[in-house]
Amino acid sequence: MVSLSAHGLRSSVEPSRRGFLITMMGAGVMLGYARSSLAAERAGSASELFEPTIWYGIDPSGMVTINIIRAEMGQHVGTSLGRIVAEELEADWNKVKIVTVDSDSKWGTMITGGSWSVWQSFPVLSRAGAAGRVALVEEGARLLGVAPRMCTARDGAVKAGGRSILYGDIVARGDLRRTFTPEQLTSIPIKAPDKRRLIGRDTLALDVPSKVDGKARYGIDAVVEGMVYARPKVPPTRYESKVISIDDSAAKRIPGYLKSLALEDPSGTVPDWVMVFADSFIAANRAADLVKVAWSSGEASSVSERDIQNRAAELIADHNGGSLLVDDPGVDAALASAKHKIERTYTTSTVMHFALEPVNALAFEKDGVFEIHTGNQWQTLILPVLAQALGRSPDKIVLRSYLIGGGFGRRLDGDYAVPAALAAKAIGRPVKMICTRPDDVRFDCPRSPSTQSLRMAWEDGGRVTAMDHHAAAGWPTAVMAPFFMLKGVNGVPYDIFSISGADHWYTVGAQRVRALRNDLAERTFRPGYLRSVGAGWINWALESFMDEAALVAGVDPVEFRLRMLDGAGRNSGSSPSAVGGARRQAAVLARLAQKAGWGKPMPKDVGLGIATTFGQERVMPTWLACAARVRVDRSNGHVAVEKLTIVVDAGTIIHPDSAEAQVEGALLWGLGMALHEGSEFVNGQPKDTNMDTYRLLRMADVPEVEVEFLPSTEAPVGLGEPATTGVAPAIGNAIFNACGARVRHLPIRPEAVLQALAHGA
Amino acid sequence: MTTFNLNGRPVSAHSPDDAPLLWVIRDELGLTGTKFGCGIGFCGACTVHVEGRATRSCITPVSAVAGAKVTTIEGLDPAGKHPLQTAWLELQVPQCGYCQSGQIMQAATLLKDYPNPTDRDINAVMAGSVCRCMTYVRIRKAIKLAAARMREE
Repeated sequence: MVSLSAHGLRSSVEPSRRGFLITMMGAGVMLGYARSSLAAERAGSASELFEPTIWYGIDPSGMVTINIIRAEMGQHVGTSLGRIVAEELEADWNKVKIVTVDSDSKWGTMITGGSWSVWQSFPVLSRAGAAGRVALVEEGARLLGVAPRMCTARDGAVKAGGRSILYGDIVARGDLRRTFTPEQLTSIPIKAPDKRRLIGRDTLALDVPSKVDGKARYGIDAVVEGMVYARPKVPPTRYESKVISIDDSAAKRIPGYLKSLALEDPSGTVPDWVMVFADSFIAANRAADLVKVAWSSGEASSVSERDIQNRAAELIADHNGGSLLVDDPGVDAALASAKHKIERTYTTSTVMHFALEPVNALAFEKDGVFEIHTGNQWQTLILPVLAQALGRSPDKIVLRSYLIGGGFGRRLDGDYAVPAALAAKAIGRPVKMICTRPDDVRFDCPRSPSTQSLRMAWEDGGRVTAMDHHAAAGWPTAVMAPFFMLKGVNGVPYDIFSISGADHWYTVGAQRVRALRNDLAERTFRPGYLRSVGAGWINWALESFMDEAALVAGVDPVEFRLRMLDGAGRNSGSSPSAVGGARRQAAVLARLAQKAGWGKPMPKDVGLGIATTFGQERVMPTWLACAARVRVDRSNGHVAVEKLTIVVDAGTIIHPDSAEAQVEGALLWGLGMALHEGSEFVNGQPKDTNMDTYRLLRMADVPEVEVEFLPSTEAPVGLGEPATTGVAPAIGNAIFNACGARVRHLPIRPEAVLQALAHGA
Repeated sequence: MTTFNLNGRPVSAHSPDDAPLLWVIRDELGLTGTKFGCGIGFCGACTVHVEGRATRSCITPVSAVAGAKVTTIEGLDPAGKHPLQTAWLELQVPQCGYCQSGQIMQAATLLKDYPNPTDRDINAVMAGSVCRCMTYVRIRKAIKLAAARMREE
């Protein structure tokens, strides 16, 4: 099993090499980590250390301002992170405000994805809060004239006996200059779970009020004096298209139309895009419809979904390629000699993001700095790309943060900032680029179609002796962030996010997991991260397969899984985030079976199906088990999902109400992708470019939903994506249990159910 | 030029007669609470009230509202405390929030027509309002909560 500690998922914010500084700044006090380089290289020179990275500040009125480096896109992440700081700081929550910061390099890696925000930030922000409390208690004690050990901190004040002093007064009157070495910092005790006053309790999220009265500001709402509007003409293929000619004669009759330009993009992000400029979006939009661009298109213009899937099958059939994550000896021998075995293939279609706010950006140059105003999930990734595109150094470019009207991974790829920036540079004026919905979809970085082949062998009685899992798809990390790739045990790089789940916690004897990079997919479109990424398609295959295997083995599917979730060997778990290992997965599954009424008789054509996953990556498992109750109409293949039930163990829950909201949303995303969503590439372009043909989940499609969190004081892990992963296989298994039809492709269309029914009969 | 009443104030729009009301409200008149989602009337993010009826502003030419009363999320309640807004806040409905102006505006007309809406009423009337974050469970709860309070008033 590959160790994910090498992964670096957590390294960007680990405080291990950083000292903590408290410094007087202006009228307030700032608390933050030193830049690691400064701390490491100049630790001996105190005067030079006073250049902290600032996590929060306290002003003389006692107001605590917490800086949030994560994008706000529906998770209420600022509230959760703020609560972590405030908990250890013993701040008065009514005197806390959060600020989403811009893309200054001092913040370190800025990424909001992977369901990592709380998991990554908890250790750092807890200690940041605790260090501030220690310093405030020391200085508060001095001002009160008592020993620090006589003092306690609570609700934004230091108290001793009957006397107390507010944090703001300590800041105003005291002299706070405390430095913590990294060693002191790691030894600061964090509260015992039963002493917490904010974590684990509900509060109203700080970003919600502006979202009910129209005041919330998203990127699309950004304005600057003197800006013009632009709408792109998106080329026929993502790569290799070349502009032959631009004819804007018809556009010239649109009042306000300015001009059309082909962009030159040294970064290769938006090659041969044509930008249509006007003094309003209304005019830019209309003019773009009238501008005729002739392109020569690339190789992808003859590639369709079936070609991509055929390529996947070809890659799987070739035993020599790919990256091996797990490669135990004896897999082939066990499979060859086994008395009982099965092999199955599963596929999934292309899925588009369809975030409701179409991608957009406002770009302009001011005082030698390029400003990009837009919502973004991975500032650190796109800044160097913008630098290359604009021919500037990254420190002369700043991304201003806005609320995001739906992320779901689309805005991990900041590519949409590039055409806006290039357009502003080209015409020397501020440019607000807005994509229409079809532009947005054609420019999307979709969830790649996938093909997987699974094999399993077992002995009489059902004990599993070998398992083999091969998965092929386009890899977002290979295209967007190759430095994030890991090496398999055979030395070949792989994208963890396109294979997570196959390296599961089941004890299956000799195991092999092979990740295959679909090169044709990557030449046709830009694969993207989409809510749970690979864990979405990997678990569709794995958990459908587990039910199929259990059936052939003659073992109850829940029992079959529980036997393999024994926590043996590499599945025993690890500190800090996977303590307990497979036994925690077994616990959520057992609880779900009980809660959902597994094993009870069902009405005719109604079935209950279950699935269990560990969310995303093995280093930070969110243990979950999901049940779907469905009713199948045998006459037309229609599947009605009546109820979804999920049991989740995500360790410590910081903000229960937001946690539940994320799980509800993720579950329904899973449902959407199981039954409705899914498109296909036709001649290099996504077939469905708006909501008239791309079917999104709507109010009437929503079943009864029941969410339960198992109480835990383990490390907090992820919540934004994990709950998507179990839904589709639970539904597939439920369909089989309802009517005997086994479906192996997502989305599950009524025709496929009818076909499977005919097969079964 | 088109004159109409926006949130109780007379306004004049200089955009072409066939310009979508959505962009007139957002870009010319500067109220950005109404959102652009699909441009074809399929998502509901651009929903406003025209003479009290939920209307998709992205496919409504501005000339069609000449002389009419148009209400956006900013004008639904002077203090932003319409029972739906209060319920939305209490039940923490919004996630990303982008669709929620449209959801609330649609729900406001739902409650005028169906003061005690059944699940079927909600399914039917809210069918055109997409929430990509999938906050549907809470939207339904909040509509029922607001309806109950409005009936008590």
